Amino acid sequence: MEVSSPQFKQKSRKALADEQLQRAMGKAKAGFIGKRRKAVDALPEFEALRSSARAIKDHTLAHLDLYLEAYERKVIASGGRVHWAETAEDACQAVLDICRAVGARTVTKGKSMITEEIALNDFLEKNDIRPVETDLGEYIIQLRGEHPSHIIGPALHLNKEQVEEDFRRVHDKLPAGRDLSQPESLLGEAREILRPQYFAADVGITGANFLVAETGTSIIVTNEGNGDLTQTLPRVHIVVASIEKVVPTLEDASQILRVLARSATGQDTSVYTTLSTGPRRPGDPDGPEEYHVVLLDNGRSSMLGTEFHEMLRCIRCGACMNHCPVYHAVGGHAYGWVYPGPMGAVLTPSLVGVEKSGHLPNASTFCGRCESVCPMQIPLPRMMRHWREREFERGLNPATQRFGLGLWAFFARRPRLYRLATSLTIPALSGLGRRTGWFRSLPLAGGWTRHHDLPAPEARTFMQQWRDRDTRKQEGGVA
Amino acid sequence: MKEDTRKAPRVGLFVTCLVDLFRPTVGFAAVKLMEEAGCAVEVPMAQTCCGQPAYNSGDRADAAAIARQVIEAFEDYDYVVAPSGSCAGMLKKHYPALLRGGAWESRAEAFSGKVHELVGFLVDVLGVTAVPAAHRGSVTYHDSCSGLRELNIQAQPRRLLATVEGLDLKEMENADVCCGFGGTFCVKYPDISNKIVEEKTACIAAAGAETLLAGDLGCLMNMAGKLHRQGSAIKVRHVAEILAGMDDTPAIGGGGR
Repeated sequence: MEVSSPQFKQKSRKALADEQLQRAMGKAKAGFIGKRRKAVDALPEFEALRSSARAIKDHTLAHLDLYLEAYERKVIASGGRVHWAETAEDACQAVLDICRAVGARTVTKGKSMITEEIALNDFLEKNDIRPVETDLGEYIIQLRGEHPSHIIGPALHLNKEQVEEDFRRVHDKLPAGRDLSQPESLLGEAREILRPQYFAADVGITGANFLVAETGTSIIVTNEGNGDLTQTLPRVHIVVASIEKVVPTLEDASQILRVLARSATGQDTSVYTTLSTGPRRPGDPDGPEEYHVVLLDNGRSSMLGTEFHEMLRCIRCGACMNHCPVYHAVGGHAYGWVYPGPMGAVLTPSLVGVEKSGHLPNASTFCGRCESVCPMQIPLPRMMRHWREREFERGLNPATQRFGLGLWAFFARRPRLYRLATSLTIPALSGLGRRTGWFRSLPLAGGWTRHHDLPAPEARTFMQQWRDRDTRKQEGGVA
Repeated sequence: MKEDTRKAPRVGLFVTCLVDLFRPTVGFAAVKLMEEAGCAVEVPMAQTCCGQPAYNSGDRADAAAIARQVIEAFEDYDYVVAPSGSCAGMLKKHYPALLRGGAWESRAEAFSGKVHELVGFLVDVLGVTAVPAAHRGSVTYHDSCSGLRELNIQAQPRRLLATVEGLDLKEMENADVCCGFGGTFCVKYPDISNKIVEEKTACIAAAGAETLLAGDLGCLMNMAGKLHRQGSAIKVRHVAEILAGMDDTPAIGGGGR
């Protein structure tokens, strides 16, 4: 997927003016926040679980090589294969090779952000293989030729009327008079359309929420059951997952599962938690004949040991974006790549380079709500600040910004000069604004006065007045 | 008259740049509250700003230089107090991170232990349980982000406001959601900031209070500026002004004195 993050400002302006989007975001925001709150309040040990979930990932990341190799051995022992992919291209090629080997024409897909990251659908289509998204949200945006706007709710930016329109356009063989006014009827129709696809597909591709080193198991959590059909019905199951998904044991995975759904959707647990270990064994009633894992790095190993190391704890629950005022305002597409919101603002520069995505870590008020709800206690604002530091070191921020900051810093580092300058300018500014107490516009303050009035300073600075008070006190003391 | 044998704690007031320049009333309210609570308040002249504009713009060198300057000017006081959760959070939480691994590390750590946000200081450190102030009217209170999430300032202002005679606190919905200020954010991304502050002013208006209070002047100017542009009659003040009984001064944007 092409990185369009440099157009963040234009895209966000467009998003702010998009009434459909604003309506969808308003509904989504209220839903996510309230449901998470309720789930967390109902579980007294939630904070303790956050800490233990974090500790599990910290431990795993400190021994990542060891656990990945242990995981690979177990996958092989259970009859599966592991394909190590350093880059997105390697991963796409590995998937294509498997598909070609079995002569696949159609693949079904469970919801997976990692296949968005490597742009697998485009790659398969170019190679004459038809990918069919089976998650309802993913299915909808595939019809629309869009990308997910949220990591757990791909079609979060849409309203049901828009989906109805798409279904009537694409499912044109169905009776025109059918009722599609309810979400349930939309779901029912998608299910009818998708059902035969599972049987037609030669290969099923899923992501993974966890890879378990102890057993060689991949785990997905879903709510629609489409993931199970995707990985059970075709002859071949391919898991595409990034290296930081590994956890040592099933017990570890279960601990993290307890914070995952609560943080994401406010459910105690997702409807389906599906464990896959290798292909069908002799005597198994169902399951794929081949089981492959494509293990992707794509820049993650170079985050280890850096100030962005902790980002690798992320379990993709979406709580950070669900609570982000900037994400609420502009939606996910404005961010211009696969991962939006606070986690995207940290991860995108790590994966595609900060020179292409510098807006993302800057477009934050540092309100800290993301960190406060992150089940893995990832210090997202701190890492966004680290990206700003990298940008500053490399001179990537705009010249006007650097000049303004430099000028301000020059005075801020010289208190006497600062005192002198402010004791002259502030009373003057106060005098200018005295009539109404406000400025509707002011040179160099266009960013502010476009949307607000600026209150005029009261009178003289605090420091000027404090000196007077001190002087009066001393005189009073003498008299 | 007997000498008070208990020595008054010496407090260095970190005025904050916005209070210094735009609203000195807040500084005087802070002084009054702390003096009434038995502190000896001093204002070191060698202060300008806490350095957040540099720190949050990725300019660590200037931020660290300002941090050292502030520590030098304030480290001899018993306490360092700022009428702002954002600036106090910078001094307390971020200076140690900024100066870690150098000669200043231990000084920054020791300094950090002395730093408090004003209302948190009154309640948690000085044990103030009531203020002798009166305010006839209704107010609503916005929780500024840094104070709330870095310093746990939430119950303290409400506790003291409840003791102000005649004051009626009408809580707004989403009081703990960002107002969209974000320091340089509001000028770098004015349109997004505007969307966020519009949501905030809608909540403020819906609360139906006559006056909006908060503990950070940046957020207050942001919300006041939006409310005024929208033609709202809601007055805006720093919480310290009400607690100090200084509601006879004009509200933010009410003209010079």
